Order: sequence, then structure tokens, then C-alpha cells
Amino acid sequence: MSTTAVHSLWITAAQPLDKIQAPHIEYAQLAPMIIVFGAAILGVLVEVLVPRRSRHHTQMFLAVVALTAAFAAVLGLAAGGYGTTRAGIAAMGAIAVDGPALFLQGTILLAALVSVFTFAERRLDPSADGRRVDSFAAQAASVPGSDSEKAAVKAGFTTTEVFPLALFAVAGMLVFPAANDLLTLFIALEVFSLPLYLLCALARRKRLMSQEAAVKYFLLGAFSSAFFLFGIALVYGYAGSVAYARIADVVDGTVQTIDPALAATMGNDALLLIGGAMLLMGLLFKVGAVPFHMWTPDVYQGAPTPVTGFMAAATKVAAFGALLRLLYVVLPGLSWDWRPVMWAIAIVTMLGGAIVAITQTDIKRLLAYSSIAHAGFILAGVIAATPEGISSVLFYLLAYSFVTIGAFAVVTLVRDAGGEATHLSKWAGLGRRSPLVAAVFAVFLLAFAGIPLTSGFSGKFAVFRAAAEGGAGTLVVIGVISSAIAAFFYIRVIVLMFFSEPRPEGPTVAVPSPLTMTTIAVGVAVTLVLGVAPQYFLDLAGQASVFVR
Amino acid sequence: MSFPLLTAAAALPALGAIATAAVPAGRRTAAKWLALLVSLGTLALAAVIAVRFEPGGERYQLTESHAWIADFGVRYELGVDGIAVALIALTAVLIPFIILAGWNDADPAPDAAPGLGGAAPGSGGTPAGAKHYRWRPTQGFFALILSVEAMVILSFEATDVFLFYILFEAMLIPMYFLIGGFGDRAHAGSDEHAAAQRSYAAVKFLLYNLVGGLIMLAAVIGLYVVAGNFSLTEIAAARADGTLEMAATIERLLFLGFFFAFAVKAPLWPLHTWLPNAMGESTAPVAVLITAVVDKVGTFAMLRFCLGLFPEASAWATPVILGLALVSIVYGALLAVGQRDIKRLIAYASISHFGFIVMGIFAMTTQGQSGSTLYMVNHGISTAALMLVAGFLISRRGSRLIADYGGVQKVAPVLAGTFLIGGLATLSLPGLAPFVSEFLVLVGTFTRYPVVGVIATLGIVLAALYTLVLYQRTMTGPVKEEVRTLPDLRLRELVVVTPLIALLIFLGVYPKPLTDIVNPAVEHTMSDVRQKDPRPEVEAAQ
Repeated sequence: MSTTAVHSLWITAAQPLDKIQAPHIEYAQLAPMIIVFGAAILGVLVEVLVPRRSRHHTQMFLAVVALTAAFAAVLGLAAGGYGTTRAGIAAMGAIAVDGPALFLQGTILLAALVSVFTFAERRLDPSADGRRVDSFAAQAASVPGSDSEKAAVKAGFTTTEVFPLALFAVAGMLVFPAANDLLTLFIALEVFSLPLYLLCALARRKRLMSQEAAVKYFLLGAFSSAFFLFGIALVYGYAGSVAYARIADVVDGTVQTIDPALAATMGNDALLLIGGAMLLMGLLFKVGAVPFHMWTPDVYQGAPTPVTGFMAAATKVAAFGALLRLLYVVLPGLSWDWRPVMWAIAIVTMLGGAIVAITQTDIKRLLAYSSIAHAGFILAGVIAATPEGISSVLFYLLAYSFVTIGAFAVVTLVRDAGGEATHLSKWAGLGRRSPLVAAVFAVFLLAFAGIPLTSGFSGKFAVFRAAAEGGAGTLVVIGVISSAIAAFFYIRVIVLMFFSEPRPEGPTVAVPSPLTMTTIAVGVAVTLVLGVAPQYFLDLAGQASVFVR
Repeated sequence: MSFPLLTAAAALPALGAIATAAVPAGRRTAAKWLALLVSLGTLALAAVIAVRFEPGGERYQLTESHAWIADFGVRYELGVDGIAVALIALTAVLIPFIILAGWNDADPAPDAAPGLGGAAPGSGGTPAGAKHYRWRPTQGFFALILSVEAMVILSFEATDVFLFYILFEAMLIPMYFLIGGFGDRAHAGSDEHAAAQRSYAAVKFLLYNLVGGLIMLAAVIGLYVVAGNFSLTEIAAARADGTLEMAATIERLLFLGFFFAFAVKAPLWPLHTWLPNAMGESTAPVAVLITAVVDKVGTFAMLRFCLGLFPEASAWATPVILGLALVSIVYGALLAVGQRDIKRLIAYASISHFGFIVMGIFAMTTQGQSGSTLYMVNHGISTAALMLVAGFLISRRGSRLIADYGGVQKVAPVLAGTFLIGGLATLSLPGLAPFVSEFLVLVGTFTRYPVVGVIATLGIVLAALYTLVLYQRTMTGPVKEEVRTLPDLRLRELVVVTPLIALLIFLGVYPKPLTDIVNPAVEHTMSDVRQKDPRPEVEAAQ
């Protein structure tokens, strides 16, 4: 017996471990995400360290600087060719830095930037006890109608936490369309969803409705996340990996080696189909496609309107980005299976959104159903499965974001004693009372309706053309029909604003600070520029339409 | 590079519209004069186009071509043929009269009458504290008219299908506000009822045309998928020399997509029902703008785009379209006979006339198509004369119902006389311009489709009935009590009516300047559809 064996009953000599490799992180390529994450964490510290009265300004400054810097970083990367020739995978395979990712990140950052202006708006609500307040609850934790709420209002509290929350959401959204493996994708999903659930609950007025919206959003979102996670597990079982490239290889059949631990499941198509369907479900939930749209109207209506605008624009961009990457990078080999399904979903989404919107009487719900119909139009471009399909979806998302944010910013201006006057009947005669505001809103509505010379038309044309070239002519015809249905309710709002008598007890139009004015002006400018001279942006989207794998 | 004449003719009214809209609220009269001057300037530019255009020269002249949205294969391409020149001239001639006739239509009434034109700013019990922008209905009215003019002229000039489509759709928006925002104050019902009727008419107008336009959008996309670009000249050339093959089914579907939109716009039975509402509820000048100017884009586009892009499908669809045109002619005329409202009567008469225009286009003969083009011009002028005088009459009495009038010719002889001439032009009395065109259309149709031509003459008989009955009931007979104090035409109104009547007589006696411009263009169109005129049968007997 050797001396070393004395303790061998419970100890064996370990093999000397390989040195742990420090992960190689391409900080430059990840800069946009790192900047926003860093700023979000700084924002939390600001809440702790900065005195209450200067928090609002500090937070706003921080958010604007961070988003601008991140956007500059995106531009720098794009100028450096990371969108085209130098596109690649970063962070040990977790993040793709390529054209679609950079384009969508730029769109999300710009959308977030103009949204932050509406977050920071403090002139619309009547001042509480001499202090200007924004559209967020004084103290989110206090029960609506309770003494503690009254005390919080009286003390002039404001929820400045919305800025770091929004930044966290933005950071998650930046990762979402760039995620290059399923786990990163899931983490990004949670990182941007959780702050959004919270933001939805923070309305200053109509707090119960706001909290109800948040709970609905959270519960349904949690369900969809669960489906999503289960889908990841099944796909892992099929492919033996969560990395996009590896899964794609297994789907294509180029990789045959079977992981011995997964010998029983690998290559089992049932796992792939069910798992893929569950992944799609999770993403279509975020997109708001029928039949996963049930949360949209309630959440859009209940959430504070600046949050609604931000969520409607940026979430959609991020989710469609992830959907594109999943379908085009991971599952192109499965396109015979997913295309018919997506066809059906696009059709019911376009028609469902447009038809149900007709009966709406609340402007925010109306815009919610309109966003559903638009998700259907974008899906038509997704289905094309061509480079034109990708670029048209990218362009549509850019165009749609700014129309949406602008439209919701206008909604924040029309107010009565109870806060925002969102019931449509109260908008009657707005064109007589405030021609400028009504005219601006009419521009956004016409853009939603896809009238030529607005960005809505360019986007719709691009998407439908891609769909038609991809052999989905029927889808184009159905899209055109639902556009006609949708036009009806946009026009109804215009009729109401311009051709109806104003009500004596109608709402007033608040005069906003330069912040909201900037948001609306940017919205109008982008809407018209993308409508009249879209060529530059179409080129950009065209160059950005190649994924890396 | 030569001066971009075609762009200028559209840019001038467009810039004029912006300038008019920007006139300060207190300066209504300045806005009116500015709009009138801009429309006269546009008329001058149209005259230059007509003079510079050489009838015997290239098919498309004064062309301009610039890159626009390369990604969609879209270019900013303009060019005019004789048909376009005639219609641009019609538009440019009519707009100054429309502006003059509508001089006071959009002035804010002190008693808060309905509509955008009505209310004084701040009425309606606005809660205190709201900030007011001063609402400027007059400026808006004239700016909208000028913007419609700009888009209509540019759509006549566009030789790029996509550019045309954009204008075709975009012009709906200002028209919509003109119909819905500036209604006829002479309404039988209450103010609220009138407002409801007007917004109904505006929405109906917009929805009909938007649906037509969206169906056309599907066809436009389809055309791109098939042809790869939008240039009318390139596609037509490629079709002619066989480099661009289209399967018959595809061509027919695309043709139907285009034709549907144009048939809504024209309007052809059974897609016509928006027109009586829109014309009835809008002011007379806006009604003229709809039927005499904007609707012509529909018939013009049939000639240029349906026949030019889809010749085989056009020939395939001809029997059905001729049938629809016949129904339009007879049905429109019959309904006109039964109307009790003067403006709706003129609207139904227009539907009948649009039937003639469509029939002439699809008769596929030189005479028919020349006749149709002349008809577009002449119908514009004659309807403008009739409708504007009717508008003057209605504004005096405050009622659109025929039964409310009687014996006007004894009270206001000049008004009655001009109304009669307008009416006679509408029923195509020889010596007035519409006769020439109606005759050509009928002859052109008869040589190829004798039965259709014969049935269409029914329309003429009915036209005589509805116009003369209208004249008889309103102008002759015992003078009604309410009519007794009606003033005759004022100077401004005479300035509107006299030149129109002079034009009707001139073109009725001497249509050569117009036919000279139009005929070569029609021959090109005939060669597009690879049709020759039927040989006269007398020749064989010789």
C-alpha cells in the first residue's frame, strides 16, 4: 500500500485542470449594449445618492447621454463595416454583430431617445402642491386612494426610477435582436420584459387600471416566457446545443455526430417542431400577433401613455428582430414547415386587428388594435424569406416606430379633468379647437393608413412587394383588403376631429414643453421624409439585410 | 438642360397652396387674390405647354426624368401626349373659375354655421385655459383647391406608374377635406343634419376611392413583380416588341386591379354611388372640382394605363366594360330624370356622360377615343358652366330642391339664360362643344358595335328630358313668392360664366385646335392595343 493510498477511500488525486480561459470579450463591438447597461446601473445609484429634488434632471440627463452615446457607438460600428463586411459573432458566440442587429439597435435607440423625452415631460399634468409632476405615480408602492398615496403626492414625490427601468428595458431590447444563442435570447427577453411590466404599473392617473394592465401583462408574459423556455429545452434536446449556428447545422443535416448523452432525443423531428413552435409562440406574443395578442389592448390602454408609445415601438422592433433571426438563421431549413403557419398567423393578424379596431371607442385601444394589424403587415414581409423581405421589415420597423411614438405623444396632450381624455367621443371637434394638434395627429393616422407620401405607404409598399416577389401574392391581396378596412377607422377619427361639432365640456389641449414637442416634431419629420424620399433609408436597410451565422 | 416646364406647372400651384395657407388669419382677401393669381399663373404655364407641344412630334414630349426611389424601381418621369395636354389645359382653365365662383364660400359665418368654414374660432364653449390657434377656413379652402390642382396636373404628366399611383391616392386627402369641411349651406335639414350628411358624403367618397386605390396598389405591386420597373414607356415598349411576356391570366388580373380603381374614380356603374352624395353635399365649385377635374383622372388613366399596359386584357374585357358603360349611360340619365335636387340631378347626368366617355375609350376606334378625349374636355366645361350657375342660383334662394323654384327667368333673365346654355350644352345641342364629342363617340362606337351605339343614343333622348324639365320647372312658369326678390348675376359671377360659355360655343363651332392635338395621341393609343379602325363597308361595294 502506498502512502498516498491512505486516504484514497475518499480522496483521489485530481487531474490538473486546464487553465480557465478568460472569456474574450469584444468590448468595442458590444459598446452599445454595455453603455446602456452601465447607464442603467448608474441610474440606480443616482436614486440612492442624489438628493430627491435634482434626481429628475440627473436621471434625464443620464438617460439622454447614454442613449445618444450608444447610438453613436452603433453608428461607429456601422461606419466601421461591422454591418456588412466585418460582421461577426462576439462575446464567445452569444451576440451577433451584423447588419440587421445594428440597424435594429439604432432604431431602438432612436425610438427610446424620443420616448425618454415624453417620459420626462412635466408640464402636462397640473402641478401637485406647487411641484411640476410627470405622468408617473408619486409612489408606486402606495395603494391607490390610500393615505400613504395622498402623503406621497403631497410630498411631491416622483418616480424617477422610470429612467433606469427604461434603460434596462432598452438594454434588453438591444441584446434581443442580436442574441446568437437561445439562452442569451431568453435572458434578453426577461431583461426587457420585467422593467416593462413595472413601467406599465406606474401611471399617475387611473392607477387601478394601470396596475391591472401590469398584472395582465406580467401573467401573460410569464406564460409566454414559460412556453419559450420549454421550447428552448426541446430544441436543445433535438440539437444538443443552444447556439444558433449549431442548431441550424443540425436542422440542415450537415452535422450527424450524436452527443451520446442525448442519443435518445437528438434528431427527433417532433422535438424540433414542437420546440420551434413554442419559441415562435414566445416571440409572437411579444410582437402582438393574433392569437397571442390578447394582452395588447388592455396593456396599451392601462399603461402610462409615454410607456405605451415606447413599448409599442421598441418592443415590436426588438421582437421582430429576434423573430427574423430565429427564422432566417436557425430555422431556414424548416421553412417549409413554418411558412404555412406564419401565413395563417399573418392573415388572421391583419384581418383580426383591422376588424376589431372598428368597434373601439378608446383612442389607445384603437391604436393597440392598429398595432396588431401592423404586426400582420410586417409578418407578410417576414414570410417572404428573401433578402428583400429582411430589408423591407427593417424599413417598416423604422417607419412604424416613429409614427407610433408620435401618435401616442399627441394622445398625452389631449386632457380633461381626469387626465388624458382617451375616449374617442371627447376628440370630437378637436380640429376646430386646436387645428395644429389635430393636423399632426391626422398625419400620423394617414401614415398608419398607408396613404402615399407618408412613411406608412413606403413601408407597406416595401413589405408587400417583398411578399409578392416571395410568391405570397394572396397574402398581398388580403393585406390590401385589411388596409382598406383599417383605413375606415383611421378616417373615422379624422372625421371626428375635423367634421364634428366640439363638445361644450370637451377636453383641452395642453401646451407641452419643448421635450414632447421635439418628440412629435421628430415623428412628423421622419414620417414625411420616409414617405417622400425614402431612398437613403431603403439603401441602408438593403445593406443591413444580411445575417451572420 | 431645358426648363422643367411640366414640373413647374405642378410646382407653382403646390407652392401657391403653401403660400395661401400661410396667409395670416385677418387677411382673407389677400389669400383669395393670391390663390387666383397662382391659378392664372398656372394657366399661363399650361398655355406655354400647349404651344410648345408639337402634335406631329414624339409621342411623349417635354419629358423629364430623375432618379427617385431606386429601390422600388421608381423614377420621377414626366411627359405629355396630346391627351394629357388637352386635360392639363382643361384643369388650368377651370381652376381660376372655380376659385372665383367659390370666392365667398369659405368665409367664416358670424352665426357659427356648420362645417370647417362655419364656426368662428372659439365658439362652442371651449373650456377656459385652452390655447387657440386662429382657424383660417378661407385660407384652407383655397390652399386645398390649389393642392388638388397641383396633384391633378402632375398625375396627367406622370409616365411612371408608381408616381401616378401616389398622386392618384394623395389627391383624395385634400378632396376629402374640401367635401367634408366646406359644405353647402343651402341644406334642407338642420345644421346638425347637414353636418352629418356632409361627413357621410366625405367618408363615402374617401372609402370608395381608397378601396379602389388599394386594389390598384396590389396590381401595381404585381406589375412590378412582372415587369421589374414602373416606366410606362419602357413597359409598353417591352410589351410591344415581345421582350416582356405576360401570362394571359396575370395580365387580366392586373388589368382588373387598375380598371377597378379608375372605374370607381370615373365613376362607372355600379361603383358610382359616392358621386351624387359628394356632389350634392359639397359647394358648387367643389362639385365642379370633383366631376370636371378630379374624375377625369380616372378616364384619362383608362386610356393611358389600362390600354397602354394591358392591351390584350383590354380587348378581352371590352364587352363587359361596354355593357357597364351602357348601363351607366341609361341608368344615370333615368335617375337624373327622377331627381328633386338640382345638384344631384347634375351628378347623375355626369354619371351618364362618364358612361359615354368610357364607351368611346373601349370602342377601340380612332373616332371613339378622340371623341372620348374631347368629351372629357367638353364635359368639364359644360358641367362647370351648368353647375356653377346652379350654385349661384342655390346660394340666392338657399335651397337645392327644384320644387322651390319657378319663374326665375322673369326675375333674373341673365342667370336663366346662362343656365339654359349650360343645360343645352349638357344635352349636346349641335353648335355647342359637347355635341362634337358625343357625335364622335357614337359614330366611333357604331362602326364597331352597332347595337351598343344604338342603345347609347337613348342617353341623348333622356338628356334632353332631364335638362329641359329642369329648366322648365325652375326658370319658367309663374314666379314663386320666395323667388321674386332674387338678384341677377353679379359682376364676379358673370366673369365666371361668360368665358365658359364662350369656350363652349367656340369649341362647338371650331374644335380643330383640340382635335389636332388629340388625334395623333389617339393613334398611338390605338397602335398600343393593336387595333385598326373597322373598314367602312361602302368601300367594298365600289
